[in-house]
Amino acid sequence: MSEPLYHFINARLVDPATQFDGPGEVLVQGEVILASGPQVASSPEAIIINCDGHALMPGLIDLHVSTGEPGEEQRESLNTAGKAAVAGGVTTMVLQPDTQTVIDDAALVDFITRRGRDRSLARVLAAGALTVGLKGERIAELGLMADAGAVMFTNSDRPIVSTRTMQRCMSYASAFDALVASRPQDAFLSEGGMMNMGELASRLGLAGIASAAETIAANRDIQLAELTGAKLLLDMISSEATLPRIAAAKAQGLDVTASVSVHHLTLNENDLGDYRTFAKLSPPLRGEQDRLALIDGVKSGILDVIVSGHDPRPAEEKRLPFDEAAFGASALETLLPAALILYHEGLIELLDLIRAMTLAPAQILGLPQGRIAAGAPADLILVDLGFPIRFDASRMISKSRNSPYDGRTLQGKVLSTWVGGKKVFSALD
Amino acid sequence: MTLDSPPRRAPFTKRHLLQIGDLNRLEALELIERAEVFLPFTQAREKKLSTLKGRTLVNLFFENSTRTQASFELAGKRMSADTVNMAVKSSSVSKGETLLDTAATLNAMGPDILVLRHAASGAAQLLARKVSCSVINAGDGTHEHPTQALLDALTLKRSFGHIEGLVVAICGDVLHSRVARSNVILLSMLGARVHLIAPPTLMPADVDRWGCEIYHNMLEGLAGVDVVMMLRLQLERMDGAYVPSAREYFRFYGLDARKLAVAAPHVKVMHPGPMNRGVEIDSDIADDPRVSLIVDQVESGVAVRMAVLEALASHGANEEADDV
Repeated sequence: MSEPLYHFINARLVDPATQFDGPGEVLVQGEVILASGPQVASSPEAIIINCDGHALMPGLIDLHVSTGEPGEEQRESLNTAGKAAVAGGVTTMVLQPDTQTVIDDAALVDFITRRGRDRSLARVLAAGALTVGLKGERIAELGLMADAGAVMFTNSDRPIVSTRTMQRCMSYASAFDALVASRPQDAFLSEGGMMNMGELASRLGLAGIASAAETIAANRDIQLAELTGAKLLLDMISSEATLPRIAAAKAQGLDVTASVSVHHLTLNENDLGDYRTFAKLSPPLRGEQDRLALIDGVKSGILDVIVSGHDPRPAEEKRLPFDEAAFGASALETLLPAALILYHEGLIELLDLIRAMTLAPAQILGLPQGRIAAGAPADLILVDLGFPIRFDASRMISKSRNSPYDGRTLQGKVLSTWVGGKKVFSALD
Repeated sequence: MTLDSPPRRAPFTKRHLLQIGDLNRLEALELIERAEVFLPFTQAREKKLSTLKGRTLVNLFFENSTRTQASFELAGKRMSADTVNMAVKSSSVSKGETLLDTAATLNAMGPDILVLRHAASGAAQLLARKVSCSVINAGDGTHEHPTQALLDALTLKRSFGHIEGLVVAICGDVLHSRVARSNVILLSMLGARVHLIAPPTLMPADVDRWGCEIYHNMLEGLAGVDVVMMLRLQLERMDGAYVPSAREYFRFYGLDARKLAVAAPHVKVMHPGPMNRGVEIDSDIADDPRVSLIVDQVESGVAVRMAVLEALASHGANEEADDV
């Protein structure tokens, strides 16, 4: 018996790889896409899926997701993260190594990858730790982890303080052509900081983190990329001042890419309001001018990728005085509807927005998904772009419901999600 | 005005006093005027009013503060409230857990007013969301200390007869000072002009947007001012590379006769206490009754806290009336 054939008709195809946004059809057989275009030749036994004019696009690839597995499954397990991901249109997620047991050797990379395959509805890829235990001292076994399937290496949100250690990590990684991700934040300048440095932090009596903490660290890592020839991803950029540095690195021909979290594109420091710890993020939410500059950065391609920065934290880590509350937001489910705010407000073209969550991350990691093309994995999402949502965090699928969007109006609803030709989520269920 | 029934121009509508910004100008003025009525009473022989009879006031202090705690306790007792002091030692559990656990426990005991002192900015806001009684912020981290600002305003009013038009220099560790934050907001609200004087390392970011004048040179900042408010410098600031040494700090930012001479001839000096003599203020000035208002500040403290307790209790009474 041959594999089932699905024929998606009446779709608005949105495919950044071909820059196509218009009416079309997609034919899927087994795990892959057979054909796509304005009209595709089908066969009578194909199962017809009528998209009713809704947007059919590649499933999202999220390069920055944390869960609690292994060790802190009460925060989030691979199973619950997978459910939250596909409900939010994310079909591939790259997991940070900053679990309680740090993912810093090949066996753990293998564990995460296998466990993800068994337990998560979304595809799971592992980012390995750049240094043993994320301590910033000894280089982790990057080569062995790469062989085991690690797609990039990062020290997560623990900056490598020693410039020499960072230089050696990047230099060593370049031998394997491995991608090094860095969350640029000068450890000393940002020490003790709780939010963006500025008038609001001064008024609230909270210690500030200057934009310069990011710019200094980004400068360092860009210069090290030049020195070592390593592939560098500057992860979760938050401030306007860092953008010209990234643009200059790209113009210089360095293999430097950058990401931004959806929160930094849609929220600003004022969302902290009256000590709202659910908007306490790392890097911190910055001013409105930074937010607008970051949107321009996505538009112009200085910022390649939009991530969720998913960081599930149970209420007891968040409902604390601001100084003591954890950083981070549960974000897999809101990545797309929050990002679509920018499209609906006319701040960015739909194709540019979707590219930053599909094709761009796929290209950075060298993945075949993230596009609607013959032979590509059939990771697809059907989205009602205009559907208004009054976001209710208490109904989130993620085990942790620390969302800064609680009570806000978002726009765009995932109707169904397909991973490898299999329907893994339907809004009707 | 009588002691027992405040003739208010407008009902006091606030449930909590968490920050000066919670008050409007009229409410702030009424609190200060009301405290003025209580002042002679605190000197009187018979010091008991029945305003808060049957009400419970809980002092919840996560940081040590002998004078603020005593001031609230006295204010409560003079108005016949049942006053309970809970000194919470920070144990092995994180302070945050202690705060919310304590809040839940206290809520079950049904107090009417909670007075909170806590090391974390925003702690009073958090507590106010978790309990069903009134919360008074008696200092939260580096955020605010609203009753201190009110008592300072009362002290100024007693000394000068007015606050509007005064030029007040606030000098010292503005960055870490909740007293400075509350005072800047209240003094500006009441029409005084504020000079902030500190080395750049102890000045908050973007503070120029608060509508104050910023000085790093003390002589320039003190020129012609009516009032000098000195702030306490925590001695551990030397370790954090904020200032090099106590003696250098005193040389440039400590208040001595030479620097005070550039202020207005009638200048008055204040300090929220406790003082570091010889670090931020010269003993001769602190103890000189012709210029120092420091003792008056303590006296004003009890009266202002009585006024605040009375106002919050009156709100509680309104609420009950609504329910009937």
